[in-house]
Amino acid sequence: MKKAIITVVGQDTVGIIAKVCTYLADNEINILDISQTIVQGYFNMMMIVDRSASKKHFADVAAELEELGTQIGVVIKCQREEIFAQMHRI
Amino acid sequence: MINLYEVEETNKMVEQENLDVRTITLGISLLDCVDADLDRCLDKIYQKITVSARDLVKTGEEIAREFGVPIINKRISVTPIALVGAAACRTTEDFARIADTLDRAAHTVGVNFIGGYSAVVSKGMTPADELLIRSIPLALSRTERVCSSVNVGSTRCGIDMDAVKLMGEIIRETAERTAGQDSLGCAKLVVFCNAPDDNPFMAGAFHGVTEGDIVINVGVSGPGVVKTAIEKVRGENFETLCETIKKTAFKVTRVGQLVAKEASRRLGVPFGIVDLSLAPTPAIGDSVAEILCEMGLEHVGAPGTTAALALLNDQVKKGGVMASSYVGGLSGAFIPVSEDQGMIDAVSAGALTLEKLEAMTCVCSVGLDMIAIPGDVSAASISGIIADEMAIGMVNQKTTAVRLIPVIGKGVGETVEFGGLLGHAPIMAVNPFGCETFIRRGGRIPAPIHSFKN
Repeated sequence: MKKAIITVVGQDTVGIIAKVCTYLADNEINILDISQTIVQGYFNMMMIVDRSASKKHFADVAAELEELGTQIGVVIKCQREEIFAQMHRI
Repeated sequence: MINLYEVEETNKMVEQENLDVRTITLGISLLDCVDADLDRCLDKIYQKITVSARDLVKTGEEIAREFGVPIINKRISVTPIALVGAAACRTTEDFARIADTLDRAAHTVGVNFIGGYSAVVSKGMTPADELLIRSIPLALSRTERVCSSVNVGSTRCGIDMDAVKLMGEIIRETAERTAGQDSLGCAKLVVFCNAPDDNPFMAGAFHGVTEGDIVINVGVSGPGVVKTAIEKVRGENFETLCETIKKTAFKVTRVGQLVAKEASRRLGVPFGIVDLSLAPTPAIGDSVAEILCEMGLEHVGAPGTTAALALLNDQVKKGGVMASSYVGGLSGAFIPVSEDQGMIDAVSAGALTLEKLEAMTCVCSVGLDMIAIPGDVSAASISGIIADEMAIGMVNQKTTAVRLIPVIGKGVGETVEFGGLLGHAPIMAVNPFGCETFIRRGGRIPAPIHSFKN
C-alpha cells in the first residue's frame, strides 16, 4: 500500500469534501480515513489515502490537488505519508 | 496511524518555521579524470559531472513536491582539484581553466554551487597544491558557482604555517580581484582545520579521497523550528530546555534521512551521510542567534553566549545522531554573521565582537564564518586570525574554519551587501596590533600531544 496524507485547510464552504473526493475517485485513489473539524468557520480536514491503484505520477496528483484547492478557495496539500511517519515514529 | 495533530505539527514546521532540507549534495570523485593532457582532463571532468549529476536537480524537485518539504539547494562536491589537476597543470592559468570547466558543468546541470576547488595541505604543500592555492583569486574572480577551500591543519598533523601565511595573502588578493562586487569572491573561500570529507555545505564542501565514486550527502536545517519549540519552555530549567532541543533535532534530522534515502534510491547513488546542522539564512525566524536569545540572552555576545551555544550544539548532535543511520559532515550549529539576522543585529548593537565569535567557535560546529572585516587589514593579520582558529580546531579535535571577507574600500561601521543566502553584514573591527613577525617564521606547528593515543 502506498499511503499519502491530504490536508485541506481554509474557509468553510459547500462541497469541499465532495470536490476532493470526486477528484480522488476519478484518479483511483482510495480513501482510508477522514478526520475533519471546523474551528471558528475554518475548515480543517485530513485524509489518509491509498494511491497504489492510481496510474498518475504522484507529483502531478499533488499539483492538481493544489490547483483544485485554489479553485475552491482552500489550501490542499498532498504529501507522501513517510514524511510524517519518519518524523513522529521511531 | 498518523493523526491530525502530527500532520499539523510537521506542516507548521515547514510553512511557518522555515524547516527545509538545505542541500542535497552529490559528491563526485574526479580521480578517474586525471590526465597529463589538460584538454583531455577538462573533457573528462565535464563529462563525468554532467553525466553523474544529470538528474540531480529534477529528482530534488520531485522529492520536494511529493513530501511537501522544500529542498533549497542542489549542489555538487568534487575531489580536491589540486589532486585532479596535479598531472596536467603547470601554471595558475591551467588550474583556473579547471575552475572554468567546473563552472560550465554546474550551469549545465543547474546546480547553484560546485565545491572542491580545494587543496588538503595539513602537513605540507606539493607544487600542485601551492599552484592551485595561488590560482584561487583568479579562479574565483572569473567563475560564478565554483567554491574553494583549503585545509591547512589537523589534529593528527599539526598546522602548516606556510599555507596559513599564503592563505592570508590569497584572501586579500581574492578580495582585491572581486572588489567591484564588495569582495564577494571571499564568500566562496574557506580555510579549514580538520575538514570533513563528506561535508555537503558550501563553501567548504569537497569530495574527500576517503569517499566512494559517487555519493549523496544531505544537509538539513531548521533553526526556526528549534526556536519555536523552546519558546514553549520559557523559564523552565536546563534539563527541560535540553530535552526540547534534542527532540526537535531528532524530528528535523528524520526529514533529512528520509530525503537522503529517497534521493539515493532514485538516482541509484549510495547514501553517504546526513549533516544535521542548524544553518541559518537571513530570513526572519531562520536564525541561530534567535535561539540563543530565546534561551535568555539579550543579544548574542552577552556573557553566557558560549555556554548557550555549547548546549545547543551538543543537543542538536544528540538528537540528530539517533535520527539518521549515518551522520557526518559538520553537524551542529553554524554561526555565520552575514547569513543570520540575529547575528547581524548583535554586531550592529555592539554586543558581538570578533574575539567573542572566536570563543564561540570552540563549541560550535564550524568557525569564523562570513565575517566582513575592513579592507585595509593586512595579509599577516588575516593569517594570524586563521592561525588562531586552526589552533582551536587542532587542539580540540574539531573542525574549524575561517571565511573572512576583507571588503576593499570599506571600513568599520559600514555595511556590505552580498545578496541572497549570503546576506549582508556590518564590517567588524579587527585587533589593530601586528603579528607579522610570528607569521613570517614559516614551517609548521607540530601536532598536539593527544595525537599519540595509538
